[in-house]
Amino acid sequence: MPATLTSPPGTADVAALKDRAHELRRLQMTMTRGKGEGYIAQGLGIADTLAALYFHELRHDPADPDWPDRDRFLLSTGHYSIAMYAVLAAAGYLDEDELPTYGLNGSRLPMSTFDITPGIEVVGGSLGQCLGQAVGMALGLRLDGSPARVFCEFSDGELDEGSTWEALMGGATFGVDNLVALVDCNGIQADGPVTVAIEPVADKLTAFGWDTREVDGNDMQALTDALAASRERDGRPKAIVLRTTPGSGIPSIVARPRAHFIRVTDDEWAGFMDELEANR
Amino acid sequence: MTSTPVFGQTRGMGELIEVADKETVLAPFGTELAALGRERPEIVALTADMGRYSDILPFRDEHPDRFWNVGMAEQNLIATSAGLAKVGKIAYCTTYSVFVTRRAYDFVAIACAHSMANVKIFAGMPGLMNGYGATHQATEDLNMMRGIADLTIIDPCDATELRQVVRAVADIPGTVYVRLLRGHVPVELPDSYEFIPGRAARVRQGDGSVGVISTGYMTGRALDAAQAATGSGVDAGILHVPTIKPFDTEAVLEFASAHDRLVVAENHKKTGGLATLVTEAMFDAGVLRPVIRVGLEDGFFECGSQEYLEAKYGVDLPRVLRAIVDGV
Ligand SMILES: Cc1ncc(C[n+]2csc(CCOP(=O)(O)OP(=O)(O)O)c2C)c(N)n1
Ligand SMILES: [Mg+2]
Repeated sequence: MPATLTSPPGTADVAALKDRAHELRRLQMTMTRGKGEGYIAQGLGIADTLAALYFHELRHDPADPDWPDRDRFLLSTGHYSIAMYAVLAAAGYLDEDELPTYGLNGSRLPMSTFDITPGIEVVGGSLGQCLGQAVGMALGLRLDGSPARVFCEFSDGELDEGSTWEALMGGATFGVDNLVALVDCNGIQADGPVTVAIEPVADKLTAFGWDTREVDGNDMQALTDALAASRERDGRPKAIVLRTTPGSGIPSIVARPRAHFIRVTDDEWAGFMDELEANR
Repeated sequence: MTSTPVFGQTRGMGELIEVADKETVLAPFGTELAALGRERPEIVALTADMGRYSDILPFRDEHPDRFWNVGMAEQNLIATSAGLAKVGKIAYCTTYSVFVTRRAYDFVAIACAHSMANVKIFAGMPGLMNGYGATHQATEDLNMMRGIADLTIIDPCDATELRQVVRAVADIPGTVYVRLLRGHVPVELPDSYEFIPGRAARVRQGDGSVGVISTGYMTGRALDAAQAATGSGVDAGILHVPTIKPFDTEAVLEFASAHDRLVVAENHKKTGGLATLVTEAMFDAGVLRPVIRVGLEDGFFECGSQEYLEAKYGVDLPRVLRAIVDGV
């Protein structure tokens, strides 16, 4: 059983983590190649967060995915799968050679996440189901005296669901300070820009009893600082509101008016790769 | 923008199979609803962040003051629709079938059906129509919804029928659950076809040997299969059952009695849907015939392209054809 794999607070090698995030973006782009479509904008947006988690914050062991004391990372927003597969490959849960099967018939890397994939803890995709499960996991791990923490990503769209707010109240009621919610506010959902009055998200989470921080989710320094601060065990669940930019790293994707589901032609693809390298 | 179909992978949500040699209509639901909205000011429409993916945007564009997107909040979608109905509106609302049924079930039962609220739910991608796996596949929606009292359930076959259903449900009292077809919806039924709520329709006359009872877009598949079966000398009749509840027991029994053996075809699990209704009715009445059920086995289903899933799980054209011709 590995000892802690977490880097102590203040030791984040931000430059190295940025390189990791770039690698995740590159892997994701290769997964869309020849397919012409996917949830690439969201995946690029969340890449920095996943790099910070898997290469700095999480205690986990790719050689032992079932290690009982591992930190749990739950990706609630199942269609962000492309980003998950990239980080699972980069971290060693998956073979990079498998990545091109993303979305193909019979693949272990479906368009929306299922727990058939090594390293995926829960079924995402039926949105609004994971934060409640994260609260349950945090309670169970605490009951067992486990040092493990639970990290749960969910999207701004998932703030529309009543179940999210039920889980937020549950988490605060039970004081699960071994739980960190990562709220990906990328400003969009299926029909376009977020139109439901979810703001001010951070103030709402604070009012709901969560120890809340708000950061630019594409700023590695800010991310690692917020994660470090969320290690505090003071009886309150932790939340980090991530303001992310869909398409982050590739300006032409950022500029797309409709980013929820993107179609990429083969010609565009090569140009996007160039932009990605140029924006390193 | 047209997209080229890709056969080996999960495609963007909501793509129907493009059948090369079939006439299709783009977004028949939304265009018909927008037109109906012109005639009837009491009609309002709502979606739960699934406007684009449920074809309802033509209504929004024409009647923006009578349209609301409640966000991805399906329980609230149904509750808000019920509220509108209770102050005199006819509320048409959309999201995916799976989120209406599994997530908002209690709201459909109590806020809507129990009060006979005028809520018309158009549920996208019913059955196995979604390539995103079990989270998005409403493979037991008929089973669930038929369990709710005072709810009307309709599973239209094609664009021709769907347009008529959009209008008809406005005058069906109470709550209606419609299995929505979206995108490029094929035309399968003749212009002369008339949807009558609660009634099954004989859409193909056979020689009495094999009778197919089908619902939804599986009727289109049954029509294709019956045509193909003539090559093997089999002349199958088809009874299309668009209204699942209330069930047209009389027509089903008459049709069953008139055929030597039966095939029931539906885009749903084999249990709890059309096949269950048909066999219940037959058994109750003592009309006993061999029945082959074309539908899904119990289970959760994976991600993939529509063709892949339908072939793998046995609801594609060859499967229907085999049931008709070979009786297996
Ligand atoms: C419970 C549920 N309702 C509806 C959907 C359909 N859906 C898929 S993605 C999506 C948008 C959700 O918002 P968000 O996650 O913020 O979208 P993004 O930022 O990726 O555009 C919706 C409504 C779903 N997957 N689950
Ligand atoms: Mg979003």
